Formats: sequence, structure tokens, C-alpha cells
Amino acid sequence: MVIEQRWKRWVFFYIPLALFVVGTLFPFYWMLVTAVRPDAELYRSWRAPNNAPFWTLNPTLAHVRDLLAKTTFPRWLWNTFFIAVVSTAISLVCGLFAGYALARLRFPMAGALGTAIFVTYLVPPTLLFIPLADIIRNFQLGNTPWALILTYPTFLVPFCTWLLMGYFKTIPRELEECARIDGATRFGAMVRIIFPIAVPGILSAGIFAFTLSWNEFIYALVFLSSPERKTVPVGVVSELIRGDIYFWGQLMAGALLGSIPVALVYSFFVEYYVTGLTGSVKG
Amino acid sequence: MAQVLMKDLNKKYDEVHAVKDLNLHVRDKEFVVLVGPSGCGKSTTLRMIAGLEEITSGEIVIGDRVVNDLPPKDRDIAMVFQNYALYPHMTVYDNMAFGLRMRKYPKAEIDRRVREAAEILGIQDLLHRKPRQLSGGQRQRVAVGRAIVRHPQVFLFDEPLSNLDAKLRVQMRVELKRLHERLETTAIYVTHDQVEAMTLGDRVVVMRDGWVQQVGEPLELYARPANRFVAGFIGSPAMNFADVTVLEQGGALWIEHPGFRLRVPPDRAARLQPYRGQRVTFGIRPEDLRVATGADPQEYTFEAVVEVVEPLGPEMLLDVRVGPATLPLTMVVRVDPSVRVRVHEAVRLAVDPERMHFFDLRTEAAL
Repeated sequence: MVIEQRWKRWVFFYIPLALFVVGTLFPFYWMLVTAVRPDAELYRSWRAPNNAPFWTLNPTLAHVRDLLAKTTFPRWLWNTFFIAVVSTAISLVCGLFAGYALARLRFPMAGALGTAIFVTYLVPPTLLFIPLADIIRNFQLGNTPWALILTYPTFLVPFCTWLLMGYFKTIPRELEECARIDGATRFGAMVRIIFPIAVPGILSAGIFAFTLSWNEFIYALVFLSSPERKTVPVGVVSELIRGDIYFWGQLMAGALLGSIPVALVYSFFVEYYVTGLTGSVKG
Repeated sequence: MAQVLMKDLNKKYDEVHAVKDLNLHVRDKEFVVLVGPSGCGKSTTLRMIAGLEEITSGEIVIGDRVVNDLPPKDRDIAMVFQNYALYPHMTVYDNMAFGLRMRKYPKAEIDRRVREAAEILGIQDLLHRKPRQLSGGQRQRVAVGRAIVRHPQVFLFDEPLSNLDAKLRVQMRVELKRLHERLETTAIYVTHDQVEAMTLGDRVVVMRDGWVQQVGEPLELYARPANRFVAGFIGSPAMNFADVTVLEQGGALWIEHPGFRLRVPPDRAARLQPYRGQRVTFGIRPEDLRVATGADPQEYTFEAVVEVVEPLGPEMLLDVRVGPATLPLTMVVRVDPSVRVRVHEAVRLAVDPERMHFFDLRTEAAL
């Protein structure tokens, strides 16, 4: 290894890295500090003599307690979880088969179909929710979890399809050809050979889809109305901002608790997730 | 154990005609090698036999069944791929057992066959490893093992040694040959390496641009190539070629080039008679040239200047220039290392008259 001058490493490595880390983590720190700060400190004037905006000396769990007791937050958490899991599962199944077909089968218009699927991903939800709202109303699904479970795949399926298609293309074709000679049908080769190898890709598609549906805001805001049916992102914002009063402590406590499941999911699968994005193992 | 019969086989992709009217009869227990430069259609042919590519027209028979419309799994074949295609998520044992499990063999039988194959290939100790923990040579063995446990009617090999380093390739080549003798199964082997083709094949099929150029036993291809392409492809270093004019003088036929004038051996004269006054391609292998002694007849020797000397140990290669510097023709000569020659030295070379080759300039067919 080349031994570089010290200052060079500081200037080009440590300092930019430190700036990046601080910039990334500060919002989370702010969320945490605000969640445990007592109300007296929260609503104090910025110019008060003993103001300490970046830390607190009297941490309290009162906001968390209030959030869990006085709002339907646990219910929101469950709603979000249920909707995210089911819509992710639906999208993964569709994405697996569609991605495999686009990556491996030769059929007329395959390329055009792939592009078309990608284009649907590019249609902004802010545009799509109007026609979707109409459909939801016609099927009388408004204000039920199914309104979201069935609309989230509109952006999750194209996303999963493309990610998995890319992953399938990195798996050598010979593997399934060999399986087919060994006695498997094409479907058998896909299920027994290709899917197990594609686990990192499937997991990262799943994590992404789960996060996207967990954080989704606009459809959840439009399609759900009663408080006990809401998801975390919508519930926190609509129930904890009353008029022009922001319940900062509970808002931040809600945001904090709401991001824990996603953080857990990522930390468990981080290694798969990285290989999922960088390609498969070499045969 | 089965024969493989290909009748008027054609494969057309959108624009490319990859295999053209291929007719080949691979006999039972025979080891046939398809060889040719990349893009000659050899792999496509193999993949059609395997059922991985559709047949555009023609017929493939394995044993006594026409297999055109059978899926790969029902053709009773096994294939070894260039990149091994081991299932990365399975152990060596499971890799080898996969085909048998798919065919619902009883557990004990699977175990017996896998262990037997592992023993033949010397990989008993690797059965519980994953493919990524194996070296290239070991992976190759597992790939072969996976093919032999099934006891298929035909083995197909698609450049199985190309990813190995040179030393290992020679070793595996010998093992494959030994294995074939032991298993006595029909085998079709694709390679671009003519040395592999010559050493492994009972018969060799030389292909080019989708056409079969020649089918024959290795030494037959070497001694009597059907055309200029086969002559240049088989043998290393490659055959020397020169465009020459056929002349009749003093009741004998001669070939003339600015750098040499050689007599056409009397037994070949009849074939070359029609080409009198015309140009043909003359070919001579490096090993059929040698440094002349006084005893060599004048009409089979010519002058050359040594340009490069390549001592290889058991033999020595001389790159020589024949003819005037304005019209240089380079030839390679394979000589005994004891021959003393220096660079830029003029030497007299003798050709072996029995082993002179002549080709039609236009059709490239051997004369």
C-alpha cells in the first residue's frame, strides 16, 4: 500500500467523511433529543438565558407515554406493518415472475414490455392518485387497508421487476440450462436453482419495497380517513398537529418509534442487501 | 450408450445462419470432437443436441428416437459447461445428486452413485464443500462428476477445459480420455483448441462458418487435410503456405515461387497436370522441412535465411525468410535442437516429398 502524506488523508478522507456523517445523522439526533425533551424546554424562547438547543439535561419519556396512551399510535403501527408486509409480498411474487420472464424468455415485444413497465414506475403518485381514488371508490375499498395494499403495487411491482430482472441477468444462463438437462422443467429450474441463488436480490427488493410502503404518504393520506385506520406517517402528522399547535415531543417520539422497524429490517439484512445491489455470486 | 445421428441440420437466427446442412453420425461409444474457430457453429450444434436451442430444420436422433421436440430433460444426456455451471448454493454432493433426485432415484442408489463417481474423480473429500470453496480444477471434476452419476446415453462437453490454466488443462485432458475409455459412453466434445481435438477425439469434425469442413480420425486430418482451412487449422505451428505456379519442364511437373523451385512428386503429378501454367497453393508443415544435407536431391531443396531462432527444449523452431527481400515469404521450420544455425545465416532446407500439400487457389480444396 502506498503511504500517503498525513494531511492528504485528512483533507481528502477524514474531514469529508466526518461532514457527511454529521450531515446524515444530525436529523436523527435532533429527533431523539426532541423526543425526550420536557415540554418546558421545548417551547422556551430560543433566546432564553439557559437555552441549550442541542442537548437536554432533563430527559423524559413523557412524550412516548402520551403517544402510546393518548393516541392510537400502536394501531397505526400495526396498520402500517400489515399494509407494508402484504403489499410487499404481492409485489415480490409478481416481480419475481415478471423479472424472470423479462430476463430469460425470448418472446415478441419483450424489450418494449420491459420499458413499459419501467415507465409506469416513473408516473408520479401525485398524478396517479386521482384516477386511483376513483377506482378505489368504485370498488368500495375506501378507508380500508386494501385501498393501500392494492395501490402500493402500482409502484412496487415495476420496481421489484426491474431490480430482480437485473439480478437474474447476472446469474449465468448455464446454471438453469444445466438443471434442465439434469431433469428439471424450466419452472423447476427457476424455483430450485435460480430463486435460491437470487435470495440476496429478492431480499433487497423486499427491503426496498417494505421501506417504500412503510414511508408512503400521499395514497395513505388520500385513501384513509378514520384515525384508527391510518398509517404512521399520516397518523403522526394529521393527529399530532392540531390547528397550528405542533406537539413536537410526541411527533418526534412517533417518528422515532416508526423508524425502528425499518432500521431493524435493514440491520438484519444489510449484507444481503449490498450483494443484492452489486450482483450475484460467481458460479 | 447410443448413437447420435444428425440429418441436414440447420440453425438460423434472425440474420445469422449458424449451422448449415450438417450431417454427422456419431457411433455408439465414440468420442467425437467438434472443433473450429469461434463462431463456426460448433457450440450451436452441441446445444441443439442438448435441446437448449431449437432446430430450424433437419433431424437429430439419439439412440433410435428422434429428439427434435423433446425437452432437454427427456433426452437422457448430460452436459459439462465451460464455466462449470455448478449450483453455488448446493454442496458438491447435492450438486452431483441433483439430477438423480429430479429423476426420483431411491436415496441409497443416489448415495452409491455419487460416491462411486466421486471416487473415480478423486473428489471424495470435497463432497461437503460448496463450489466457491473449490479450485478451478476441482470444480471441473465436480462438473464431470455431476454428468457421470446419471449414466446418460450421451455426454456433451462444451469447451470444458477452456477456463483452466495450461498445466491443469493437459492433466484434465488425459483424465477425460481415461474416463471415456472406462465409461464407454458416447461423447461429443466442443473445443476451439486443435490439440485437445486431436488428443481426445476418436474422430474430429472441423467446422467453419457453419459448414463441416472435414470429418476424420485425427491423424487422417493431419496427413490428408481436405482443404486449405483444415490444413492450416490442424497442427501447431501451422502449415506454411505459398502461392506457386505449376510448370512442366523436362517431362516433369515443377512448382515455382520467387524463392524456390521444387519438383512435384511423380505420384502427385496426375492430380496437378490440369493446373499446368496456373497458380496453386503449396503447403508444407514445419516438421516436414529440415536442414538439408549433401545427400538430399537438389529438386527437393531450397535456400532460406534464418530470421528468428526459438529454442523450445525438445525441438527448435526457425523462422526463415524464403525468396528475395522485396517479396518475402516467411516459413516456420521445426528442427532438432542439436542443429547449429545462427540468425541471418543462409541455410538450405529440404522438403519431405511425401508430405507436400497442394490446394486449389480458388476452392481451397486439396489436390
